Amino acid sequence: MSHDEEVRDARFAGRFDGDRIFKGITLGFALTVILILLLMAAGMAVEALPAMKRFGWKFVSGSDWDAVQGSFGALPYIWGSIVSSALAIIAATPLSVGTAIFITELAPRKLGGAIASLVELLAAIPSVIYGLWGVVVMAPWLQKTVEPFLIEHFGFLPLFRGPPYGVGMLAAIFIIMIMIIPIITSITKEVLLAVPQSQKEAAVALGATKWEMIRMAVLPYGRSGILGAVILGLGRAIGETMAVTMVIGNTPQISLSLLDPAYTMPSVIANEFAEATSKLHSSALMEIGLILLALTLIINITARVLIWSVTSKQSAGGRR
Amino acid sequence: MNGMRTRSIKNVGMMLLMGIATLLVLTPLILVFYQIVKMGAGSINLAFFTQIPNPPGETGGGMANGIAGSAILILMASIFGVPTGIFGALYLSEYEGNRLASVIRFSADVLSGVPSIITGLVAYTLIVVPMHGFSALAGAFALGLIMIPIVLRTTEEQLKMVPVTLREASLALGVPFWRTTLLVTLRSGMKGIVTGILLSIARVAGETAPLLFTSLGNQFWSKKLTEPMAALPLQIFSFAIAPYDDWHRLAWGGALVLVVIMFVVSLAARWFGREKSTG
Repeated sequence: MSHDEEVRDARFAGRFDGDRIFKGITLGFALTVILILLLMAAGMAVEALPAMKRFGWKFVSGSDWDAVQGSFGALPYIWGSIVSSALAIIAATPLSVGTAIFITELAPRKLGGAIASLVELLAAIPSVIYGLWGVVVMAPWLQKTVEPFLIEHFGFLPLFRGPPYGVGMLAAIFIIMIMIIPIITSITKEVLLAVPQSQKEAAVALGATKWEMIRMAVLPYGRSGILGAVILGLGRAIGETMAVTMVIGNTPQISLSLLDPAYTMPSVIANEFAEATSKLHSSALMEIGLILLALTLIINITARVLIWSVTSKQSAGGRR
Repeated sequence: MNGMRTRSIKNVGMMLLMGIATLLVLTPLILVFYQIVKMGAGSINLAFFTQIPNPPGETGGGMANGIAGSAILILMASIFGVPTGIFGALYLSEYEGNRLASVIRFSADVLSGVPSIITGLVAYTLIVVPMHGFSALAGAFALGLIMIPIVLRTTEEQLKMVPVTLREASLALGVPFWRTTLLVTLRSGMKGIVTGILLSIARVAGETAPLLFTSLGNQFWSKKLTEPMAALPLQIFSFAIAPYDDWHRLAWGGALVLVVIMFVVSLAARWFGREKSTG
């Protein structure tokens, strides 16, 4: 209990204890946040228990998924989630950081502001609408233009083998990229704005060109914050459900080719949970949900810690 | 000067790369937006807002039940999510500095990063299973869970901006701390809090995944809250993946309506926020 609270409590001691009741009520509401997290983990663990008992570690190493036979292995979904999010994040990071640098350091203030608010506006478009665009506009374009080109020129690589389906891993990577770029860009922008003006001026005073200033003063200062933004984007990517479900082709297979249809953890839950008839089937889907929850918790906690470390540095360093 | 030339070439090259990156980022985003407006505008007519979807094969029909369903779900979610968020925020801002508060703050941040489909699974376990059926209530519960951390964190930010002197003035008049909080602190931060609420509404209005196995969707009008209920994002999803052109047309119309609603709500939120900073 802080000093302030003791003073407060002493002041009203002996009178109607509204303050204590009020504190209790607000605390109760605040605690629901922790309660929800605990309920999430516990509730899902209980539901997933039958599948855990039945399959053990084979659940994550097996790749046979057959609701009729009652045999469940989640590896294709884990593979699909990891590959799609990892490749999307690798492609999205340089683009996002480049855009954030353009907004904060290069563009005239008004243009930068306009681009930033456009990016933020587009970050608000719901997943299902990106999915609609993906399946009606992007997938046919991939099938007719991009994929035949890739097959013709890079077909010798295992990455681009097979017929052009349009929907598949490549489409999922594209759509995830489009959706996480705004998030990474806007957080990176905030991080870059937090770089003290004095640091930049020092670099320029030493004769640095604009790029050298960015590379030597701006980026190192914001490094952990940018890393936090990227990891936060990864969390979004791995939990991205609707748009991915609509363009990935929903086929549980492990294939090296980016043109082949695949499947992700959130997608299989979205597609099968409402229709799961056997107890074991819904339990297996719950276990996938539990793995997804564990992954996103680890990712988010890491990202928060990184971003917090920059924010605390920022309050010491001052803002431009 | 040694290497000045290479340095400045490198400088210009990198600047160009940043510009290209920005263009690459903006192109698909603008394209998505353009296509929603173009395809959506052609699908919207009076029937879109007054009729329910026709069976496959028949043209026409609308998404009236989805629009109404979304409104009802969001209203119910707000009834549950907004007070929880605001009262929780009162604790965090007025009794800050203790360890529990930072644990709660951290949990809220983590909670807002949990994929929304998992929120749906939780609502399924907690509401659908005990009630033996998919229902609008379960869908609203899932959306409410998503709103809580957003309302909580934005409200807390607003409450912290209320000057301490206002609180002290009220306390000096002998007003108990709890009444000061409700009548002075909360009231002063009200505009910003409304902004936060509107932003959380804009966020959940487009949520689809948490409704898939809670509210489930409904081809017709729902008569009870304990029945499955249609929602605009759910209808966009099921029509987008259906093989009928006329359903695709409806999906684009739904997408445009959803985006317009969300932008109006976000603009209203910004407008409220601006009022605050000037006044």
